[in-house]
Amino acid sequence: MKLDVCGATAYCYTNNREIDRQKDSVVFVHGAGMDHTVWTLASRHFARHGRNVIAVDLPGHGRSGGEAKTSVEELGDWLMALLDSLQVPRVAIAGHSLGSLVALDCAARHPGRVRAIAMVAGTAPMPVSDAILEASANNDHAAFDMLTQWGYSKRHQYGGNSNPGMWMIGSTLRLFERSRPGVLYTDMNACNNYHAGLERAAAVQCPVLLVLGREDRLTPVRATEALQAALQCPDVSILEGAGHTLMIEAPNALLDALHAVL
Amino acid sequence: MAGPKYPGLDTLALHAGAQPDPATGARATPIYQTASFTFPDSDYAASLFNIERAGHVYSRLSNPTNAVLEERIAALEGGVGAIATASGQAALHLAIVTLMGAGSHIVAASALYGGSHNLLAYTLPRFGIETTFVDTRNPAAFREAIRDNTRLVFAETLGNPGLDVLDIPAVSRIAHDAGLPLLVDSTFTTPYLMKPLELGADLILHSATKFLSGHGIVIGGLLVDGGKFDWDASGKFPTLTEPYGGFHNLVFSEEFGPAAFITRARKEGLRDFGACMSPTSAFHILQGIETLGLRMQRHVDNTRKVVAFLENHDMVASVSYPELEDHPDHGLARELLPQGCGAVFSFDLRGGRNAGVAFVDALDLFSHLANVGDAKSLVIHPASTTHHRMDGPALAAAGISSGTIRLSIGLEEVGDLIADLQQGLRAAQKIAEKELAR
Repeated sequence: MKLDVCGATAYCYTNNREIDRQKDSVVFVHGAGMDHTVWTLASRHFARHGRNVIAVDLPGHGRSGGEAKTSVEELGDWLMALLDSLQVPRVAIAGHSLGSLVALDCAARHPGRVRAIAMVAGTAPMPVSDAILEASANNDHAAFDMLTQWGYSKRHQYGGNSNPGMWMIGSTLRLFERSRPGVLYTDMNACNNYHAGLERAAAVQCPVLLVLGREDRLTPVRATEALQAALQCPDVSILEGAGHTLMIEAPNALLDALHAVL
Repeated sequence: MAGPKYPGLDTLALHAGAQPDPATGARATPIYQTASFTFPDSDYAASLFNIERAGHVYSRLSNPTNAVLEERIAALEGGVGAIATASGQAALHLAIVTLMGAGSHIVAASALYGGSHNLLAYTLPRFGIETTFVDTRNPAAFREAIRDNTRLVFAETLGNPGLDVLDIPAVSRIAHDAGLPLLVDSTFTTPYLMKPLELGADLILHSATKFLSGHGIVIGGLLVDGGKFDWDASGKFPTLTEPYGGFHNLVFSEEFGPAAFITRARKEGLRDFGACMSPTSAFHILQGIETLGLRMQRHVDNTRKVVAFLENHDMVASVSYPELEDHPDHGLARELLPQGCGAVFSFDLRGGRNAGVAFVDALDLFSHLANVGDAKSLVIHPASTTHHRMDGPALAAAGISSGTIRLSIGLEEVGDLIADLQQGLRAAQKIAEKELAR
């Protein structure tokens, strides 16, 4: 559905259903340069399991209008404004990569509105390499190539998709190529400049699930140690053989893991 | 800035889509010869039917062996996904019925495989889908033929049998300007010689029976989605952009983005029309693709030598091969097909039909049959076989005369092939001399 949020058109996928105030709600937030379609399988699953699902296109992404937000905090504020528009008081949030930081920030700054979060392939801080920043600043296709290749485990460079007939690398590249010029650079900077992550993590009171890919090269498991220490007893699920793009590399294992908090 | 390097074609041809079998560790892709797959519990079953999980339900819809083949061709072409079908004809049909219904129109090149021409010219009109055929070599003709109800532009990368080289960049621009996708049949070129998606095409089909397999032991087709065409922006494809009652009002472009086309083709087209590939056929095609690069280079090398031989023979009136300077598409071929123009070509024999018959009958090594792209060399007389349903003007538009002979050059020792052709040409010459003497 489309609605107006902060003066711009905002899109969210709801599985063609109206929001039912009697149901629990789950928000899905995509990563840098992506859109809501990365969460289609999970959205359909949790909709059938009785949740309102709200898979957003962040500002400037996919079917949402407006400019891409330049910080994680701004994205969190936008998400709360969207929930205000939908009249949804309290949600669980699953976020991938950049989206996981949005989930973390919302849980810390809006504890009354977030009942649980799932940080999928997320960590804090989330530094971005100079090569990716430089390429994305120039809208260079090399940025898409780097994020796509490094976004998959080594074994998945050659596919082996459990979703029949789909070529993982091609699917991710096409999504990046659909992003508007400058959006990926804005997203990458939002990740790179989010320095409050550990402080926010310490403030989170709700249940937290970390879902990590054992072979993630963009947000490696070892890079989550500080985040895990800052959070209060997070559940950690490590998916073997998968990299950063868990929704495609391990869709079934991810669904099973998400049931713990969503 | 140079990004990281992707695996090359020969590597993808061996590995893309395949992992050691999780159940047994088998390194080769196993043949999952089963109609259906068990569900661990009821909720899992429901989630598979509702497109929430990845997996298999029934082999008409998907199968693990087929999935490896599908992912492999999608990787080789640089697309988002693919579907294996019962034949190349089934792939063409699947593409068309996914995009349109009765009242729609297709613009197609006139130089097409006879079976494709038959489907478009005679069969689909019965179901309300009309086709206008245009000169492959005249991109402007594609533009002029597009109507309000046109939903697809279709051509072969190398037209059958005259090897008209499709100007994909030009024709795709015309299609895109009209909000239409360009579907190309890349059977003759394979991803080794051309990457149509990089040149502007949106969808690709293959008769996998041909060069992709090489062995000539299976019938199969492949349909590849490039994932670049913006169906929503076009606004002409309600099957992809409007709610589908057959799947709880799912809007494919909304839920699957770049994979909208290939997802609808599987969820509706394979489900309802059912032209799926046998897992055993998928296995055989995978064995062929593993050596695609090696074979295609040998095909091209042999073809160049055979073409050079025929070009200088007194009994040969003309040879149609785009690498020859007198071919109308020579310049375009140098641009779009720098690695070679494939291994299927035609030539016109002096002496007319009787000489042609004598030529074909005198060959020993070349097999006389209706196929191309086999590892073995093949010969056929198109006017009386593959294109026999076409009338005179249609034959002429496709570049075929009564004396045209089509060869598919295989992987044999090229000296043996030339010796066999010499034998055939001698037989043709005797007939021609006898007829002259009368």
